[in-house]
Amino acid sequence: MNAIARQLSGLRDWVDERFPLTTLWNDHLGQYYAPKNFNFWYYFGFFALVTLVIQILTGIWLVMNYKPDGATAFASVEYIMRDVEWGWLIRYMHSTGASAFFIVIYLHMFRGIMYGSYKQPRELIWILGMLLYLALMAEAFMGYLLPWGQMSFWGAQVIISLFGAIPMIGETLTEWIRGDYVVSDITLNRFFSLHVIALPFAIAGLVLLHIIALHEVGSNNPDGVEIKKVKGEDGHPVDGIPFHPYYSVKDFAGIIVFLMLFSAVVFFAPEMGGYFLEANNFIPANPMQTPLHIAPVWYFTPYYSILRANTVNFFFIDAKLWGVIFMGLGVMAFFFLPWLDRSPVKSIRYRGGLYKTVLGIFVVCFLILGYLGLLPPTENRTLAAQICTVIYFLFFLLMPIYTKLDKTKPVPDRVTK
Amino acid sequence: MRTLLIAILLCGVSATATAESGRGGPKMLNANVDLGNTESMQRGAKLFVNYCVSCHSANFMRYGRVAADLGIPDDVMKANMMFTTDKIGDPMAIAMKPEDAEAWFGVAPPDLSVVARSRGADWLYSFLNGFYVDSHKPTGVNNIHFPNTAMPHVLWELQGLNRAVFETETLHGVESQVFKRFETERPGTLDEAQYLKATRDLVNFLVYVGEPAKLVRYALGVKVIAFLIVLWIVAYALKREYWKDVH
Repeated sequence: MNAIARQLSGLRDWVDERFPLTTLWNDHLGQYYAPKNFNFWYYFGFFALVTLVIQILTGIWLVMNYKPDGATAFASVEYIMRDVEWGWLIRYMHSTGASAFFIVIYLHMFRGIMYGSYKQPRELIWILGMLLYLALMAEAFMGYLLPWGQMSFWGAQVIISLFGAIPMIGETLTEWIRGDYVVSDITLNRFFSLHVIALPFAIAGLVLLHIIALHEVGSNNPDGVEIKKVKGEDGHPVDGIPFHPYYSVKDFAGIIVFLMLFSAVVFFAPEMGGYFLEANNFIPANPMQTPLHIAPVWYFTPYYSILRANTVNFFFIDAKLWGVIFMGLGVMAFFFLPWLDRSPVKSIRYRGGLYKTVLGIFVVCFLILGYLGLLPPTENRTLAAQICTVIYFLFFLLMPIYTKLDKTKPVPDRVTK
Repeated sequence: MRTLLIAILLCGVSATATAESGRGGPKMLNANVDLGNTESMQRGAKLFVNYCVSCHSANFMRYGRVAADLGIPDDVMKANMMFTTDKIGDPMAIAMKPEDAEAWFGVAPPDLSVVARSRGADWLYSFLNGFYVDSHKPTGVNNIHFPNTAMPHVLWELQGLNRAVFETETLHGVESQVFKRFETERPGTLDEAQYLKATRDLVNFLVYVGEPAKLVRYALGVKVIAFLIVLWIVAYALKREYWKDVH
């Protein structure tokens, strides 16, 4: 036993002289001190990482049998579902993983907003995270074209045509994206390439940067206090504990709960009532037949609602272009949070009732917009979407004011409990 | 492109209108399928190859897979259920070319491999029970759940032919013909209950064909989640042990 241990530590020393293995391990796991008061909300970053790994692994195996060809793509997915050993499981894990990724990311973002994790000195972590969110949206959008069903085709057709609203270059731009006058085999091929190579690379790289930036400044926590301010005699934060083993064992227990919920969907409800896999997507893509109701997958519907809520032409710009502009701004607005928030405190625990109310209303509006985006518009629904859109943007626009006015509570020097 | 987008946005509006006008339409029947009932799926398979596969393919489904999954011996399958091929590994294809089909029926009969996933079991069951005599139609029949369908009533020998009774109703000042009930015009070889059972078997089979993995995934899911629960108990105990010294 001792002989083996000596051999292994010898090997480690051999590597350490040539590569900073122990240093990397210590910097990011063994000696990375994380606040000891992480709560439920702090699981989602790790869940997102695991979901990314699930998507990459299942994706690798799907590509082994998928054919990015307008004539055979739909059939190849059904081939995976029937004739490939465990193909149905791999496919359902991938399709469920796409939705799970967004659920986890939305909760992760909400955590960041709730505890002020974007505030100084973590602005870059937030921005890198937002870039990840954008890359994830592109990844999901392009991946959704690949099964080549009716919703794949028409969803892509609608979203790409939005770029046509941009004055002067719009039409040319849409043709440049599609590589054709309509969504076609050419579009399918390039989306496949971007979905399996370009965007996964971008996402993996951004995840690395996101984590490096996080480990440079250290994690925030539900109290929003900097644990580095109070250090013990050993030079480590008094309220910090090494990520490994404390958070590795905690996250291990957490991820099993996540995998239980994930498996429940994969095995018992892979279509999730039509929200994860839409019924219309089991009809092969047909450019000659537009489905009656085209709705994007649920994770895009809040922005889709904002797009449709713009029904008035004004200021020499027609409603459609306003829709596209506001949809874009709706996503981009999150980038500016670190500078819009003027509150002296980070965590919601020490903010006043004003901020809590405003944040609550924002979340409700976001959910309503998401719900409305799934439904065909009616007069009342459009009005509701318009009200929610206004509130959505007021949340950002008025943030410098209400965060200043908000009566905050004193923040303790050290984390509570 | 601009017009396309507007058209698509408008489609949403018209879809709502259709949905609202369809509200007074006939209620869908509950298919109540049961994938645990292998015999029902076997009977459904028999109906499917005898009545459907002359026009509709199930190109993603292989005869051999059906035989294996539904416990039908290969020789029985070959002798009684394979009319378009003699290779057990072949898909349930049809000889009719889509162009010919379009010329004859006006629309090519769709492949039925995943129809249960796009239409849903209840719709299929209602459709198969929704035919009625309509002399205005070239096929002589119409369908209450799929008005003006191009499909003839292939199962008419079994069901017989129904007459649909409509009544004029006024809703919000608008007069419309509302479907009330079917009346038998000509009985078939099966009585009403038998025909309902036969179509339920057929839909049961189509649901299986739509996703053969359904036969195994529930049972596997129970095992996976049971394993995860055990693993979680161990992981949670480990976490508690490590966190003892965190105050």
